[in-house]
Amino acid sequence: MADPRELARLLGELEDQLVVCMRCGLCQSVCPLYAQTGREADVARGKLALLDGLAKEMLKDPGAVRERLNKCLLCGSCAVSCPSGVKSLDIFLKARAVLAGYQGLSPAKKLVFRGLLTRPALFNLLASLAARLQGVLGRPASELLGTSCARLASPLGERHYRRLASQPFHALVPEMDTHPAPGKPRVAFFVGCLVDKLYPQVGQAVVKALAHHGVGLCIPPAQACCGMPALSAGDSRAFEQMLTHNLVRLRPGGFDYLVTACATCTSAIKKLWPLMAQGLSPAQRDQVEHLSRKTIDISQFLVDKLLVGNTISPEDHEGRAITYHDPCHLKKSLGVATQPRRLLAASAGQRLVEMAEADWCCGMGGSFNLLHYEQSAAIGRRKLENIKASGCQAVATSCPACMAQISDALSQDGQAIAVRHVIEVYAQALGPGGKAG
Amino acid sequence: MIPPALLKQFEDLAGADNLFTAPADLHTYSYDAAVLEPALPALAVRPLTVEQLGGLVRLCNEHGLPLTVRGSGTNLSGGTIPAAGGVVVLTNALNRILEINSADMYARVQPGVITAKFAAAVAGQKLFYPPDPGSQAVSTLGGNVAENAGGLRGLKYGVTRDYVMGLSYYDVEGGLVKTGAKTVKCVTGYNLAGLMVGSEGTLGVVSEITLKLVPPPLAARAMMAVYDDVDKASQSVAAIIAAHIVPATLEFLDRFTIRAVEDYSHAGLPTQAAALLLIEVDGHPAQVAEEAAHVEEICRQQGAVRLEVATDAAQRDRVWEARRAALSALAKLKPTTVLEDATVPRSQIPAMIAALNSIARTHNLTIGTFGHAGDGNLHPTICCDKRDHQEWQRVEAAVEAIFKKALELGGTLSGEHGIGLAKSRFLEMETSRASVEWSRRLKKALDPKGILNPGKIIGG
Repeated sequence: MADPRELARLLGELEDQLVVCMRCGLCQSVCPLYAQTGREADVARGKLALLDGLAKEMLKDPGAVRERLNKCLLCGSCAVSCPSGVKSLDIFLKARAVLAGYQGLSPAKKLVFRGLLTRPALFNLLASLAARLQGVLGRPASELLGTSCARLASPLGERHYRRLASQPFHALVPEMDTHPAPGKPRVAFFVGCLVDKLYPQVGQAVVKALAHHGVGLCIPPAQACCGMPALSAGDSRAFEQMLTHNLVRLRPGGFDYLVTACATCTSAIKKLWPLMAQGLSPAQRDQVEHLSRKTIDISQFLVDKLLVGNTISPEDHEGRAITYHDPCHLKKSLGVATQPRRLLAASAGQRLVEMAEADWCCGMGGSFNLLHYEQSAAIGRRKLENIKASGCQAVATSCPACMAQISDALSQDGQAIAVRHVIEVYAQALGPGGKAG
Repeated sequence: MIPPALLKQFEDLAGADNLFTAPADLHTYSYDAAVLEPALPALAVRPLTVEQLGGLVRLCNEHGLPLTVRGSGTNLSGGTIPAAGGVVVLTNALNRILEINSADMYARVQPGVITAKFAAAVAGQKLFYPPDPGSQAVSTLGGNVAENAGGLRGLKYGVTRDYVMGLSYYDVEGGLVKTGAKTVKCVTGYNLAGLMVGSEGTLGVVSEITLKLVPPPLAARAMMAVYDDVDKASQSVAAIIAAHIVPATLEFLDRFTIRAVEDYSHAGLPTQAAALLLIEVDGHPAQVAEEAAHVEEICRQQGAVRLEVATDAAQRDRVWEARRAALSALAKLKPTTVLEDATVPRSQIPAMIAALNSIARTHNLTIGTFGHAGDGNLHPTICCDKRDHQEWQRVEAAVEAIFKKALELGGTLSGEHGIGLAKSRFLEMETSRASVEWSRRLKKALDPKGILNPGKIIGG
């Protein structure tokens, strides 16, 4: 399908949402990418104008529009602060799917999304091979941060990338199914790719904290990716495959909540699964809606549902200074910002110190980091400077992708500042048996 | 299309990375915040130094290329919509604050500095830059100067014009014109800065601005007064001024806007009210206490049915939340938001409000009105859908009726949004034939080829 009319028609379905933008330009003040580049095509207003131009056939080159549309962190800063309520993130994701459907995906992306991420078993196997090979191809850059950099010219460029865990979470903690203590809920744990393969200790901390509080826990086996990378690339087919795969593993009834430790997975399940599940059956869509309601970030679960830390004021606490970075997908997409802070304050030995611009994007943006590393790193350095200025020896956050990005920035700058997930900090403070603290 | 050889000259001047020629990029510089048709430039260029800026002006003039300067593109009258086939010059890389001088209370800035960032930097030095246009989070100071931007504090503190002490700008031949000084007093030469402020990029291209700073007020108190009758709100405004109290802000919301805000934010606003006044007095603590009490008394005397005085920062924030949410709440009602700024002498506010309600009825349109009651600068906001052609014709007719009414009441076409493309055909209606002709002769003398932001203010 290469008929421009057909493309205009498909984009025309977004028209009711596109027309809401009044071109006031206020998104310029919150866009992390625009702050680096100053280019209108990088900010939401410009992208919305481009889509509008394509839908009205004022622009003839869908490839040029797609290239600019895809240069976006999908952080949602614009959507959350838009005075006229433009759902820019929804529009961008749908438009990416339309344009990818129109123009097709690159063979490499097809291979990754359709061949790999939809097949957890194969993905796990390849990741474990890579985990064994990485010592040969890279050399350690920071032991504290667990980062490496390339020994020779590599597709990873200048990055100080987080090393794959020698043992992924699914190998360390296989299937699990425990009963709750009386009066306590039972939860399922959605692990997510990065927790599984880069930060298994985050998953272990979730298990420890939940056990400490007597929460029943099941870890459904053979979970697939939440689908965010496929949505980002506009690959609706791969997304639906991942979603369908996960729906089979997350049958309702067995748990009260679906807990995650990844901001991106949480917002994907809560917001994007319902938004992008049009291709599924009515029964599947019902299940998606159900899961959307049940899904909850680990900090939000502990604070809002188990009332952890509700007696502690974040100010009246002694201990080591730790600062907190708000993942965009947690604060801007879901409005969760106080709960991780409460959990840090409830962790013995920690004292929360706010950094400036705590909710300014770290610059990761998933595949944005792979495709636009220079800009991603520049945005990361702004976060780095704010972390350094806080004077803390540790920074906590609630998303493994942010952890990897912040680790890269700190490692390249030679900083001895630890990067931790909030739940790691909390679980560690519980003590060795998980009963103290 | 710009010939390749000429394009090469632009590239040599500003660097390939700062040149945009792809249709997709140019499309993003074809519009601003005004509800007007976009126009596609042939080139957009982002100079990194003021010397490059001057070179670009000269180059455009040599080749007769129309040049439109763009800061953040938030203009509400089409002032940053380029001429089709022209050149857009982006100032957002010229964003350095060159100096903040506490002893002499002035600052020097490049034109691309963001207003709110500048105000924050100034506040960091315990000084105050009052002009606060609604777009201050993104607007540039160069744009503020070009449009003579106003804001909420206009009544007491004035507008951008009142803070421009000096300017450097390029004439069409690339010569650097300097006017004004860092001193409070300066009568050297013509008052060219006075001419340049509000000239919307039609006479020269600003490269440096010297801005006056003032000491910040030591205290402030905000309050909200609720009325069941617009006239009583308006009489309160008149009585406050008559008592020789000049509040820092004196904002008005009409019934429709109050309801829109309440539906949107559930802040607990009185939806039965006909009007709200949001008033803030500032200054020395003793003066603030006295004036706040006096204002409160006046509002009660004039028939306010409810008064809420903020006693702490959180309450003050709550008072202002209603005003901050006004445009946003109205904008969410319908796809298209036409924000007008016809301004009348403040004594004519009740007449203007009545006229706006009548215009909304006769043209079968939704109009919410809020704005700066203290200086008569109202923002009738038409909530519509430009895709509905019949409705859009009624909108255009209503806008014209609003202009006519404002002039009839002794007011002006535009308090702060500028004339731009949107209102240029009405200019003569407010001024005179001779005013327009004199302005055109001035323009012709300074810009013989007519390259500087053509079509704006005085038409094409």
